[in-house]
Amino acid sequence: MTDTANSGPVLAADGRPLKASLNRALRRQKLRAMLLIAPLLIFIMITFVVPIGQMLFRSVENQIVSEVLPRTTQMLVEWDASSGEAPDNTFFAALTKDLMVAVEKKQHTRLGSRLNYETTGVSSLFRKSGRKVDDMGEGYTDQFVAFDPTWADPAFWADLMEAPSAAQALPQTTDAYNAFASTIMSEDDQDPRAEQPWHTVYLSLHQDLTADPAADFSGLPAEIAAAQAVAGGFAMDDLAAAYIDIDEDWGTVETWQTIQTYSSKFTNGYFLNAVDMQKSPDGAEWRPEDQQIYLTLFVRTMIMSMTITISCILLGYPVAWLLANLPMRQANLLMILVLLPFWTSLLVRTSAWKVLLQQQGVINDIVVWLGLVADDNRLALINNATGTIIAMTHILLPFMILPLYSVMKTIPPTYLRAAKSLGATNWTAFWRVYFPQSVPGIGAGSILVFILSIGYYITPEIVGGTKGVFISNRIAYHISSSLNWGLAAALGAILLAMVLLLYWAYDRIVGIDNVKLGG
Amino acid sequence: MTNTKSDTAFVEFERVQKSYDGENLVVKDLNLSMPKGEFLTMLGPSGSGKTTCLMMLAGFETATHGEIRLDGVSINHIPPHKRGIGMVFQNYALFPHMTVAENLSFPLEVRKMGKSIREEKVMRALSMVQMQDFAGRRPTQLSGGQQQRIALARALVFEPELVLMDEPLGALDKQLRETLQFEITHLAHELGITVVYVTHDQTEALTMSDRVAVFDDGRIQQLAPPDELYESPQNSFVAQFIGENNTLDGVVQEIKGNTCIVRLDSGDIIDAIPVNVSAVGDRTKVSIRPERVEFDKNRLKEGAHTLKAEVLEFIYMGDIFRTRLRVAGMDNFVIKSRNAPDQTRLVPGQQIEIGWLAQDCRALDA
Repeated sequence: MTDTANSGPVLAADGRPLKASLNRALRRQKLRAMLLIAPLLIFIMITFVVPIGQMLFRSVENQIVSEVLPRTTQMLVEWDASSGEAPDNTFFAALTKDLMVAVEKKQHTRLGSRLNYETTGVSSLFRKSGRKVDDMGEGYTDQFVAFDPTWADPAFWADLMEAPSAAQALPQTTDAYNAFASTIMSEDDQDPRAEQPWHTVYLSLHQDLTADPAADFSGLPAEIAAAQAVAGGFAMDDLAAAYIDIDEDWGTVETWQTIQTYSSKFTNGYFLNAVDMQKSPDGAEWRPEDQQIYLTLFVRTMIMSMTITISCILLGYPVAWLLANLPMRQANLLMILVLLPFWTSLLVRTSAWKVLLQQQGVINDIVVWLGLVADDNRLALINNATGTIIAMTHILLPFMILPLYSVMKTIPPTYLRAAKSLGATNWTAFWRVYFPQSVPGIGAGSILVFILSIGYYITPEIVGGTKGVFISNRIAYHISSSLNWGLAAALGAILLAMVLLLYWAYDRIVGIDNVKLGG
Repeated sequence: MTNTKSDTAFVEFERVQKSYDGENLVVKDLNLSMPKGEFLTMLGPSGSGKTTCLMMLAGFETATHGEIRLDGVSINHIPPHKRGIGMVFQNYALFPHMTVAENLSFPLEVRKMGKSIREEKVMRALSMVQMQDFAGRRPTQLSGGQQQRIALARALVFEPELVLMDEPLGALDKQLRETLQFEITHLAHELGITVVYVTHDQTEALTMSDRVAVFDDGRIQQLAPPDELYESPQNSFVAQFIGENNTLDGVVQEIKGNTCIVRLDSGDIIDAIPVNVSAVGDRTKVSIRPERVEFDKNRLKEGAHTLKAEVLEFIYMGDIFRTRLRVAGMDNFVIKSRNAPDQTRLVPGQQIEIGWLAQDCRALDA
């Protein structure tokens, strides 16, 4: 003891530090252990961690707005919604350029659905506008071509845009033309040298030429300078009026505000939505009462899961006790009965409950036959919370019984005998001596049942009606029906956070090392 | 309610039988009576019914037939928690979720005693077993010996008059076991409590008890103080079970008052005292303790029968020498002699003659 304290680290026989020697000796073992678990680890990473991570990322991801409307969102950065006025024609010009590309790429409907989650009506707004966007800015094309037919020549355009100084002298035009060229090449497989540019290109050209009357286009073909001379006199298309003509929502501040609010690449909008809130110019605020559903669902999921867990404890405890204390033969038979539900399809069991619980079902018939309930006043046992609780308690009961049983199996009967010999009645001996020792089993069973039920989907869907569905049913709805995956991901993330929080709380209060699933 | 059989009996078993399956009797016709303050040990091989008897006394098993009385009152139908009997279990059975003090306080709490009385009694019980400093510990933080002390204190804390102990020292190492044997007997005598102690360790039974009941096959084979049990076993089971024993088979040839002559199967003749042989011609097992065998002719009585023996093995055991001999055709005859300066050390191969006093050689049932 003392010599190691004096001479620093303990050395192995060959003079190296003992720790390093030990590590080297163990490395092989560790490597072998890693190899053994590698297949499962890889499988879990690919099938579990990555998809869940991606799904959770969707709850904050919001790139679609800035990707589909790059020019518009950039302009909107400067726009002040509190001015109370809808943006002017320059905004609509940017919108037109963005929409042209989006329509060709068929992205505008997806964008419409995305923004529709935030403000209803946006979806149809984009669909309608998408149909008409082809004509926007036609006036400019007509005027340029009327002035000089060369402007209608695709090859001329292509050569013009290839000129080295074009990008600098005509930034808007180059931008619009490039968008046009790359879109028709990728979407329609057409050659830009053979296609007349979109109206948006002419619109951009007009913007470039009128931006600075003194601009010098000497490095470019003479047609530019000629057009510059007359462009100032062209009749301006009233794009704003044209859009408002398609849908008057374009004239409201609200529509533009929605685009502006959701133009950042990441958003907390889904999460706010998931807790019945929404974004507003003044920050987050509650949704109107009639649109609030998620908090209610979360609370209901929690309360019903707790009810199910408690029911499972009450029903499962005596069974587990019997299992642990009966002679081997009877215990085995009982164990088979407990496990029997596992061998039956979940769907079959749930459907069986539907047969049993409905108003004209077996249970109601018996209660009526016994005269406990009037025939015209049959019990509503299904399509409500009662149905969900009954069916789910039955389905999750084995998950409570098995951990309880494995813990009770390890409590020697001598403890009860000792308590009785010390003067305790049967009840006191149970409550003061046996029960506290079975708490780890209750804890393990409760965690299992609670976490399973909090995310349960099929059973509430079938027997829950509207009053007995869980948050998971809503998540499933957003995944498969409304296709609002961002919101589904946000709801899922909140659910996951709640479970982790409960787990943490359990660890603090009871201690997770107190949980025993066996031995 | 039946009247008391005898005034001195504190614990009484009367014609008690016990069967678990309705076919075999685990306890057959048990009769036992012990006075107050006695330390009685039930000793026997496993399956002999001793633990069942203890459990019936504690109330965890019901007697199939017969009556068990405590202080003159039949307790057959009194549930265990009302019997007021302290009990120490084989694996201590200390409640793992309670501290030592809480464990000790438990029997007092269920008796609804006040807090200050409880604390005082707990501390007194802890000091009885020298464990005052461990009140706040959990049982799992204690060593086996410490746990056993706490279990003992817990069985005593509510001042029962009768304490049952079910192989309480079985899981401890030899040295600790000896210390605790000593402590338990002292404590029992100091407090004047009656103890029924179950063990399969005969040394433990001999050193601790006032009386020992040797169990076999559901019956008490002999109930006697330790010295009597060792020196005068009543049958060959007891003789073999208690201590080391040499057995020779033979036939009774002659009975003269309190001695008899036995002809061994090898044809040799020896002296013995008849214990449970009744007539000439009975087969018998003759029992001689190894330390009572003499091989020094000068110490033998005049005219005593001797046997020829060949030394097979000499084992030096420190305080004693253990020598294995071939006697009357048997290879496992053992003699023990004290390691004294004048003691002869026998050499394997040596031919000697052995003999004994007639009263040390008991002719028992075959």
